[in-house]
Amino acid sequence: MTVNEIQDLVTEEFAMFDDWISRYDYLIDLGRTLPVIDPKYKTNDYLIEGCQSKVWLHPDFDGNTLSFTADSDAIITRGIVALLVRVLSGRTPDEIIAADLYFIDRIGLRQNLSPTRSNGLVSMVKQMKLYAIAFKSKQEQT
Amino acid sequence: MVNSRVAHHVPSNATDPMKLTRSIEEIRAEFPILAQKPYGRPLVYLDNGATTQKPVQVLEVMNEIYRTSNANVHRGVHFLSDLISERYESARETVRAFINASKKEEVIFTAGATASINTVAFSFGERYVHEGDEILISEMEHHANIVPWQLLCQRKKALLKVIPFSDEGLLDMARFTALMTDRTRLVAVTQASNVLGTVNPVREIVAEAHHRGIPVLVDGAQSIQHGIVDVKELDCDFFVFSGHKIYAPTGTGVLYGKEKWLEEIPPYQGGGDMVANVTFAKTTFNELPFKFEAGTTNYTGAIGLATALDYVSGLGRVAIAEREQLLLSAAVSTLSAIPGVKLFGTAPHKVSVVSFLPGDIHQFDAGMILDKMGIAVRTGTHCAQPVMEHYGISGTIRASIAFYNTEDEIDALAAGIRKVMEMFA
Repeated sequence: MTVNEIQDLVTEEFAMFDDWISRYDYLIDLGRTLPVIDPKYKTNDYLIEGCQSKVWLHPDFDGNTLSFTADSDAIITRGIVALLVRVLSGRTPDEIIAADLYFIDRIGLRQNLSPTRSNGLVSMVKQMKLYAIAFKSKQEQT
Repeated sequence: MVNSRVAHHVPSNATDPMKLTRSIEEIRAEFPILAQKPYGRPLVYLDNGATTQKPVQVLEVMNEIYRTSNANVHRGVHFLSDLISERYESARETVRAFINASKKEEVIFTAGATASINTVAFSFGERYVHEGDEILISEMEHHANIVPWQLLCQRKKALLKVIPFSDEGLLDMARFTALMTDRTRLVAVTQASNVLGTVNPVREIVAEAHHRGIPVLVDGAQSIQHGIVDVKELDCDFFVFSGHKIYAPTGTGVLYGKEKWLEEIPPYQGGGDMVANVTFAKTTFNELPFKFEAGTTNYTGAIGLATALDYVSGLGRVAIAEREQLLLSAAVSTLSAIPGVKLFGTAPHKVSVVSFLPGDIHQFDAGMILDKMGIAVRTGTHCAQPVMEHYGISGTIRASIAFYNTEDEIDALAAGIRKVMEMFA
């Protein structure tokens, strides 16, 4: 599946919920099931500082695709982190760099990706793209 | 007899009514924003510690100034300039009377409490703080009453010392006494904590510091809207507050300073209106208060601030405090009745601020869900990270109450917290 196909799938999943409480309940469940980061990576090196909640993000590059594991100290943030990981993990750097993450808006969570929320998510997406750029340029050098 | 809890200082000649004389519905109708319906739900605005909403009287005066009286203050010879200058100076008189300063010259208009503290940190610091000197603050200060002093201490190679507080949220007064030395140049403390709500014994702090010849700055950002502040009675050397936290426009604030200090210390910023005579060789400065008001000031905001203070006086500061204390008691008892809720800051004398955490639930998660219910609270560190460090937590939920809040809103908050705890169980 392409990045956009997964985004459309997530959008469809959320369309099944007709009120905000079910949407957040689902996010909370997602947050609980997120394959969390190896505790050894929950260090300041992998920390994305947000004023409201913290996010840890670890990249793993196999020479072709980039995988992410992540965690957050807030469950709703972790739920959104799980969605972002689902959409962007296991992709080539080019796919990650080119990704336009429209699903956040479509599932009604746009406010969570606003820089003013300061929950680490905006920086997380930026960081995922930076990792993609870094691994891509490393790949091109070798 | 006025309940001592309700006002920080009640002068013996206080004539304020004890109770609001108008219905809460009528008062709420004067704050148009309270009728907003976020996500289709009635707004429950409990973030008054961050900023307060504005009554129509303030909104109208701002509009009216630009329609009828706008011109630059103290500059022109023309009709409008005279008119606005007069209104600006009359706003200063309103502030003077509100805080009971001795003279209008002791009231400086600033952009807010932060700007006021920075002014003192720079100007007082330039004149009186040298290498090896000490500034004494408390562990419960807002970052605005920490960082300007840190910058000063870095600049002057001075030392910043900190009065600790107990888990209950009370300043350790014995440590305060012990921390003052011959090198202490200034004590800067908050009158009320923005996180814990604690009302500090600033009068006692001022008296003790003065006994050692040390001046005191009082941060009134979280106290002035909740009771009567009388700077003469407090005898503090500097008192600062923000307009937007007392129903006035943003970008307004006050620095009160005793005339003897304001005369002694150099100006903070240079520019128009603060000068008497400028040549390239030498500039002499204007007299007080203009020496500290460089550039075109926010005169419309200052007039808006005076209008807000008149509004507050009209309701009655004792009546406001009395009502807020009732709502605070209701919030404390309803929230603490919820199993698992932990309150931070349980001092006997508090302003209407409640910080708490619902079990192990992250404050951000709780705040997100409350928001969806139309409930506005603040979550996080509240610009007071040392307070979070004291308790070893990453943040709290803070409900901060104003007189226009209702018992129903407190119940809505409690119901919201119960729902949050159900969702994250």
